[in-house]
Amino acid sequence: MDSEKTSNSRTGERHEGSSGPVVSRKHPQGEPVMEVEDLNMYYGSFKALSDVSIEIARNRVTALIGPSGCGKSTFIRSLNRMHEIVPGARVEGMVTLDGEDIYARDVDPVRVRRRVGMVFQKPNPFPTMSIYDNVIAGLKLGRRRKKSELDGIVEHTLKQAALWDEVRNKLKDSGTSLSGGQQQRLCIARTLAMEPEVILMDEPASALDPVSTQKIEDTMDQLKENYTVVIVTHNMQQAARISDYTGFFFIEEMGAPGRLWEFDETEKMFSNPDRKETEDYVTGRFG
Amino acid sequence: MNGLTRPVSGHLRRRKLMDRTMTAVAYLCAALAIIPLTWIVVYVLIQGLGAWNVRFFTQLPTTFEAGGVRSGIFGTLEVVGLSILIGVPMGVMAGIFLAEYGSNVLGAIIRFTADTMSGVPSIVVGLFVYGLIVLNTGGAYSAVAGAFALAILMIPVITRTTEEIIRLVPASIREASLALGVPRWKTILRVVVPTALSGIVTGIFLAVARVAGETAPLIMTIFGTTAPISKNIFDGPTTTLSLLIYQLGGASFPEVVKVAWGGALLLILVIFGLSILARVLFGGGGTKF
Repeated sequence: MDSEKTSNSRTGERHEGSSGPVVSRKHPQGEPVMEVEDLNMYYGSFKALSDVSIEIARNRVTALIGPSGCGKSTFIRSLNRMHEIVPGARVEGMVTLDGEDIYARDVDPVRVRRRVGMVFQKPNPFPTMSIYDNVIAGLKLGRRRKKSELDGIVEHTLKQAALWDEVRNKLKDSGTSLSGGQQQRLCIARTLAMEPEVILMDEPASALDPVSTQKIEDTMDQLKENYTVVIVTHNMQQAARISDYTGFFFIEEMGAPGRLWEFDETEKMFSNPDRKETEDYVTGRFG
Repeated sequence: MNGLTRPVSGHLRRRKLMDRTMTAVAYLCAALAIIPLTWIVVYVLIQGLGAWNVRFFTQLPTTFEAGGVRSGIFGTLEVVGLSILIGVPMGVMAGIFLAEYGSNVLGAIIRFTADTMSGVPSIVVGLFVYGLIVLNTGGAYSAVAGAFALAILMIPVITRTTEEIIRLVPASIREASLALGVPRWKTILRVVVPTALSGIVTGIFLAVARVAGETAPLIMTIFGTTAPISKNIFDGPTTTLSLLIYQLGGASFPEVVKVAWGGALLLILVIFGLSILARVLFGGGGTKF
């Protein structure tokens, strides 16, 4: 991939926000797949996020951490316009995908979501569909494909999601007949089948047992080869294990909007962060 | 106060007595509520079963000697069948609209209208259809006019149950589909409605069971006849089981009244059958998400 080609490392740059605190932010190496600039998000009159700017590196895992209620989930929803199904939710600012503004007037959110997929906190397979149909649910709603082509996609994506061996003999069973961890991997396979460029994961393992979590983390490691992953997690070890970059979201006080407090390489964030709040959080002193 | 058991005090004894009394009262009320239903079923069974024979199912009705209810059976199937064709698509689609797009003024108006409509006496609906269809087709009673009246009674029930059931579909399933880049309308048709389908069908069954026994609106729309029912669904009187019960039940010959009891038993069984089928097939409206 071309991630190492253009090395415009602006390491350690300090960003002076127009208002509010100094935010420490590093630009990731290489050409970013998504760029967010001065993003503000509102639910009605409540401001949930303030002045978030971040670059999402291609074929890397970016983890977003921070205490509850600081806008991490809200933020990743802005990356594929999923917040729009909540009445009253709106954004200001700019989000680009391969240089294209996803909030431009003539952009169809449906097209954005095909290129920026999402896996949710709670496994949510379609209850009326079989395992097989769950994987191809998104494809089936698009253009028609040959059965042999679909069979190939189902096998390939289930293997990518590390679920194939467990379900290969029961593809016709209901998706909801699987265990929670298997359901989540099914949801990952379903997202992969759409071949998105970016996969957003909103605490994908928080409802799962350690063994299932392990499997999902292994999956993510392999996904990096072909996909860009943005993951929200409350599990600090998880962020440290799987991610290349880490963003720390923080709110100064109740009712204040969430901010991206610090963003840097994961190693630096967990060993020697620039800001005290980040250090307190990653060492478990609060949150 | 450190043991689990305390010496039995007067206070505790009073509490226990109160508990037993209230439990007994609750059981008594439940029994009282069931008595009328059981009574009706048993009484109709005793009175009606004697009327069931080959002649009952194959002959036309007469008001002066023991006949059959053949025309009533076919007429019921005809009128109720037509009313399903008219009412189910409208009711289900209105329900989908209310659940998915109904959180605005238009939705509030439709919801209020549906609630009001389900409270309108059925004879008023009959009168309305009489004025709208029968009088405007040169006074022609017809199966279609009757079906129209029944559909009007059916639509609000189906609309509201469909709306309720679709609202029960978890938001997470909708989100999953939208996040795959599936447009909203396809999400509704291919994911939301199939998930709610068993509940919607249960609602339809119960609405059909409700209108299958309607009589008043049919007097003014299909007229009710003891002659063979009209072959033209747009023109000519027909009859149903409920209308035959009304007509034969008032006859002065006991053997004719007996036929009416037989018809009543048949109608009750059909309606019970529909209700039980709806519950058995779809587990009491419980949907599997």
